[in-house]
Amino acid sequence: MTKQRVVVTGLGTINPLGNNVITTWKNLINGVSGVDYITLFDASDLPVTFAGEVKDFDPNDYMGKQNARKLDRSGQLSIFAAEEALRDAGFDIDQPLGEEFGIVFGTGIGGIGATEDAVRIYDERGSNRISPLAITQLMPNSSTGQVAIKYGIQGPSLTITTACAASANAIGEAKKMIEQNIVDKVLVGGTESGTTSMTIGAFAQIKALSKQNEEPQRACKPFDKNRDGFVMAEGSTVLILESEKSANERNGKIYGFVEGYGSSTDAYHITAPSEGGVGALRAMEQAITNADINAEEIDYINAHGTSTIANDVNETLAIKSLMQDYAYIVNISSTKSMTGHLLGGGGAFEAMASLLSLKNNQIPPTINLNDPDEECDLNYTANNSIEKNIEYVMSNSFGFGGHNAVLVFSKQ
Amino acid sequence: MEVNEVFEKVKSLFEEELGIESEKITMEAKLEEDLEIDSLGIVEVVMAFEDEFEIEIDDEELTDVGTVGQAVNLLHSKL
Repeated sequence: MTKQRVVVTGLGTINPLGNNVITTWKNLINGVSGVDYITLFDASDLPVTFAGEVKDFDPNDYMGKQNARKLDRSGQLSIFAAEEALRDAGFDIDQPLGEEFGIVFGTGIGGIGATEDAVRIYDERGSNRISPLAITQLMPNSSTGQVAIKYGIQGPSLTITTACAASANAIGEAKKMIEQNIVDKVLVGGTESGTTSMTIGAFAQIKALSKQNEEPQRACKPFDKNRDGFVMAEGSTVLILESEKSANERNGKIYGFVEGYGSSTDAYHITAPSEGGVGALRAMEQAITNADINAEEIDYINAHGTSTIANDVNETLAIKSLMQDYAYIVNISSTKSMTGHLLGGGGAFEAMASLLSLKNNQIPPTINLNDPDEECDLNYTANNSIEKNIEYVMSNSFGFGGHNAVLVFSKQ
Repeated sequence: MEVNEVFEKVKSLFEEELGIESEKITMEAKLEEDLEIDSLGIVEVVMAFEDEFEIEIDDEELTDVGTVGQAVNLLHSKL
């Protein structure tokens, strides 16, 4: 059988910038920050009091209290984003999608909020008061299972937990499923809702988070000299991947092609990137090779760009190694400057941003970049979006554990 | 406590704790079919009963409980 080309035919999202794709894109292009003070719990005792929270989402209104309370917030967000993506792709969400559909979700820490709640109950009231829903809410594959149940997805399923690379890996693995004719449609998602007290406290302990509590919207400043860490964020983004043949047969709209995928492991340090970004570089090279293009054909790089000291310098070095002189020309930006870090949901969100860039010929900016680090001397599309014809976009995602996943999307 | 009082307490527990619509909750309503309480939900219901009425319910006592009325009668007998 011939290898299928893979297209994206539907997008859905709920994230700190908006509860649908159109609002999100508008805010990305306008350089709006979705970061603000934490409202979901009392964060006054934490060293970090801000995050990128989803706003104006009432799960009881959306799915009814009886259903909502069975799910961790991560599962609620996943079902919400999946609905928009399926509708966008033209599927009837009231009919089971069946065996023709696969599902792959990426998450870093799954239902961590449910874990925290269950431990609290155990400590306060003992084991026989732990909720019978705890396990099904906290397991990392909870979103995968709940979305599959909700929309009747009965094909192959996977849950990928490569930390902040998880949903980029999810897209890459789904691409392989379609190329190999295992299935011709896959719902791919990336979800995280780890903006909880213990989790933020724990990330703060390893000095990963920005502590610029005075100005939350300006705290995430990738590639800037004054950056001091990433900003926790929550959200879910879902993409419908399909063989080009399947999309054409049902006249589905096409956002772009998933053309290249590379995946590598640093085997260096559990949190720090390998020196010079050599691990990330290998994933970028693989993705470019897999897309069968030259690095100079990339018009835009949606960077991992976390705003940590180590990531931004090493990612910059890796891009320089990959592209040489062209590294100084290519447009790069970090949409995390606006969303914060969606952890395992980041890859899917940034894939969506990459595809919308391709479709609209616009590049969202890196906001809060006013005083660039001398070691970060590339073109990061500072502060203002630009218009430019775009044929190829590369999206980088790197995770704790040393996981690197890189995707290349193309217009044609 | 009268049976009717037990029913009212059970009804408000189902509404507030489980989010079940109040008009569905009658003595005749079947827990699984009518109120969509699955096997995990039953564990929650039992925990809520134990807390509310300060009693303990063994799994064996639940064998014959399929409706709200049967649950109310079990609780009433234990008070």
